[in-house]
Parts: sequence; C-alpha cells; structure tokens
Amino acid sequence: METLIQIGYLVALVCFVLGIKGMSHPDTARRGNWTLAMGMGLAILVTLMQPGLGNLPLILISLGLGSWWGMRMSSKAQMTEMPQMVSLLNGFGGLAAALVALSEVVDMFYGDALVNLLMEVMGMGVLGHYYLLFYVVTLMISLAVGGISFTGSVMAMAKLDGKVSGQPLRFPMQGLVTNGLLVIMLILTVAIATWPSSYTLPLIVILMILSLVYGVLFVLPIGGADMPVVISFLNSLTGLTAATTGLLFDNRVMLMGGVLVGASGIYLTMLMCKAMNRTLGAVLLGQFNSGSGQAAREMSGQIKEIGLYDTAILLAYSSRVVVVPGYGLAVAQAQHLVHELEKILATKGAECKYAIHPVAGRMPGHMNVLLAEADVSYDLLVEMEAINPDFPLTDVVLVIGANDVVNPAAENDPGSPIYGMPILQVHQARNVIVIKRSMAAGYAGVENELFYDPKTRMLFGDAKAVLGDLIQTIKGL
Amino acid sequence: MEFSVQEIPALIESVLPELYLLILAVFLGIEVIGRVPQVLHTPLMSGSNALSGVVVIGSILMVGRAEDAHWSVLVLASLSLVLATVNVVGGFAVTARMLNMFRKKK
Repeated sequence: METLIQIGYLVALVCFVLGIKGMSHPDTARRGNWTLAMGMGLAILVTLMQPGLGNLPLILISLGLGSWWGMRMSSKAQMTEMPQMVSLLNGFGGLAAALVALSEVVDMFYGDALVNLLMEVMGMGVLGHYYLLFYVVTLMISLAVGGISFTGSVMAMAKLDGKVSGQPLRFPMQGLVTNGLLVIMLILTVAIATWPSSYTLPLIVILMILSLVYGVLFVLPIGGADMPVVISFLNSLTGLTAATTGLLFDNRVMLMGGVLVGASGIYLTMLMCKAMNRTLGAVLLGQFNSGSGQAAREMSGQIKEIGLYDTAILLAYSSRVVVVPGYGLAVAQAQHLVHELEKILATKGAECKYAIHPVAGRMPGHMNVLLAEADVSYDLLVEMEAINPDFPLTDVVLVIGANDVVNPAAENDPGSPIYGMPILQVHQARNVIVIKRSMAAGYAGVENELFYDPKTRMLFGDAKAVLGDLIQTIKGL
Repeated sequence: MEFSVQEIPALIESVLPELYLLILAVFLGIEVIGRVPQVLHTPLMSGSNALSGVVVIGSILMVGRAEDAHWSVLVLASLSLVLATVNVVGGFAVTARMLNMFRKKK
C-alpha cells in the first residue's frame, strides 16, 4: 500500500510539472490547468488511502464543504474581480498552512505529537538534536509565513477593491516598525526553538499574531497599481509554506509541489516587474511614490471637452481608430459595448484595433480576458510594442478608463514617479479622445499631461453610459 | 541539547538526498515557465495559486492523525482543510474560467 501511495504521489508530481509547463503557452494552457487539477485530485485520493487515517467522515465533510464553497466563489465572481478572487484564494491557502502548523503546535501541548516526535528523535542518535531543532524552526516558518500570506493577501484584495485606499499609506518610522517586527519575529523563532520553557506556547501565539500584523504592514506602503506583483509574490510565499508543511509531514508531493510554486512564483513576479520596468525590491519597498525626490511638473494648458455628436462624427469619418482599454472599462462592465462600437465603426469603413498595455487593468492579461469575454476577435488585440509605431498614422485614439499607461510623463519627465515605465504612445496620434469619469488622478496618483495636450479632448462620464450613447449617435448619423 | 562540530558531516549526509530534490525543483520551477507571454501571466498565477493549495494534503493528514485528538486540534485542522480545499477547487475553477475566454471562437 505504502509503495502504491508513493507511486501515486510521483505521478501527481509529474502532472504538476507538465501542467505548469502547459500553462505557459496559449495553445496548451487549458489542458495544462486540467493536468494540474488531475494531479491534485490524484494526490488527495492517494492521501485518503493512507493506512491508519482516522476521522474519515470529518475529512470527507470538510473536503465537500470546501469544494462547494470554492465552486460557488469562483462561479459568482465577475471577470473584472478575478484579481481580487485570486488574492483571496491565496489568502485562504496561506491561512490553511498556518492553521495546520498551529494545530500541530496544539497537538504538541495537549496531545501525542510531542511524545511521538521525541520517540522518533530518540532513534536518531546525535542527529536527533538537529532534527528536533529543524522541526521546530520549520513549524514556526509555516506558522509565520502562512500568517503573513493570509493578511497580506486580504489587504491586497481590499486595495484592489478600493475598500482600502490604493494610495501608498505611510506613517512615521514605518520602515523601523516594519523591519523591527521582522527582527522580533526572527528572535522569537530562535527563542522558541532553542529554549523550550513554560513560556513557549504564549511565545508561539505572539509569533502568530505578529505575523498577521506584519502581513498588513507589508502591503500598506505599496501602491494599488503594484498589487498584481504583490499577489504573485504572496502566492510564492504560500508555495513556500506548502513546502515547509511538506517537510513537517515528511511528504514529498507537498514539499516538491510547494517548491515548484515558490520558484515559479518568484520568477513570474520578476517577469511582471520587468514588464513595468521596475525591480522587485523597489516594488516591495514601496518606492513608487518616493521617486527621485524631484517634484512632478506643474500642468500647464487647458482641458478641452468634446460632445457626443462631435465624437461620433470624428469616429465615423476616421479610417484608423485605436481603442485603449483600462480599468475604468472593466469597472463599468463596458466590454460588450466597446465590441459593438468596434463593429459599427467597421461598417462605417474605419479599421478599429485595441492597444493592450502589459499592465492595463489591474493584472497582466486582464484586458485580454475581459475583451475575449465580449467576443472581441483575438487578432484585433495588439500588444504595446507592436502598436506603438502605428500611432502617428492613427486618426483617433479612444482612451477608455485608462490613465497611467498613456501618460507621456513616463517618457519625458524624470521627476515623475512613473518615469521609465513603458507606455502606449497615444500622444503621437492625430486626435485623442479620453472617456473618463472625472479629472481624478490615475492609480499611481500622478497627473496626466496627456489630458492637457492640444490634440486631446475629454468626454466625461461613465464608460458604459457614454459608449451606449455614442453607439446610438453614430447609428443615427 | 548539545551540538558539536563532529556531527556536521553526518548531518549534511542525512539531508543530502532531500537537498538534491529541492535544488532540482527550484531550477525546474524556473525553467518550466520559461518565456511566458504576458497574456498568460494572470492565468498562470491563478493556476499556481491553486497548486499552492497542495497544503490540503497536510490538512488531511492532520485531521486523520488521531481519532482521540484534542478537540481544538480537530477544529483547527478541519478549518484548515476546508480553507485549503476552497483554495484548490476555487483556484482551478477560476483558472478554467479565465482560460475558456482564450478559446478560439469558431
């Protein structure tokens, strides 16, 4: 039986590797996801066959409840809420890892775990000391990192949702407090591992609470625009806790699966940072708004508004139109209307394409997913590098709910916090129309000089309402 | 507990096989995602998030460890099992939903 279980785990692990590999290519991504799920199902099934596994009814009930809840959450979530959803799920994973570690701790104090551990260690001779130390440290890492991942993910979700301000939040001596907390947690871990005493249980509880606080403090100073990177990073941390939990249970599939997620998660995080031309360190330290110390330039010039009718005329008599979708489009759920506008413009003889910035929306690939949902053809979505040379030849650029990704300050103002981020060069087009709810600054909290450009005109309103009216107006021309 | 330098070679030897696996897994994790196109960043992150729910196995083993475990152990472990299952099932379902959007339209 034991051999069969180990073989089952091995097959599951192979599924994990092939699944991740498959998910890194568009053609095989769906199959990859299935492979991953099958591997996970196999790993769970094999674990249930473990001889001597007690409380089977409780396990099955918990599995069923969790599956039902998971399906419900995933089917109810809007496509626009996907980033928050992933973040919340990741938080659950982190909390689960922390709770496994905590229940192991409780079992040590109230149950047989400590006796079993000591029995095991006794047979190991001198190495037993090291093993014991290693075990306790691993347990504490699972507990603390899981806790950080949980509150960190929940904070990231709240920031994406706008429940907590997307602006970096700072308070006096923040660096000192945050880093000090980390040092205290390290000291606590060492203390718990090396000097067992009657204070050990309270110390472990303190460590857990501090890790929960640390998760919040860690995400607070990071701007909302960087949340995807943070979520990816926290995901990698959850992978790490899965690996340490695997060490505790001497279970290879958990260990290897966790390490796999940890490593690929960190790599993916760095790829995301590269797309924004930042380093991971800069993002995590929340240096977005500290910039180079220079004040951003004062905006000069006038904002010009445009009416629906003029916009309709302009669009209908253009030959090349480029739509730049942003988070505002996602929030307004206007993806279907954009597609309708695109079809109507096509009948009027205008070629209409979409310019997709790597970090448009709240996550890389967010806009692709959203527009694909509205049946927009795949080849009309053009990536930044491919479309930038076309802007000087474009008649009208329609910016819908995007802001920072079209801000020319990223190219020409070294004092700007977003300086160096690659942008869509829409300011080179002949006309720019910006559909926006108000003059509020973008997610990065930076003024956009594009709006003051003489070629730019603003069409204020909710993206869905404005697009609906615009379509009617063009139809009536 | 006493520690001495003489034990270190034996210690290293005892963890060596595990160390091999760990290091290879790190390289595998990095290699396997290689050059991911930007459109797949979110689904890949979501999929690997579901995979990090592999901690569900630890939860199962923890709940199943003893029939007569302290009630608080059972409560904590079952709660972690539910949460880990939500992470796994929800994670794969959400990823599938996202990837369905990429299916070529006929």
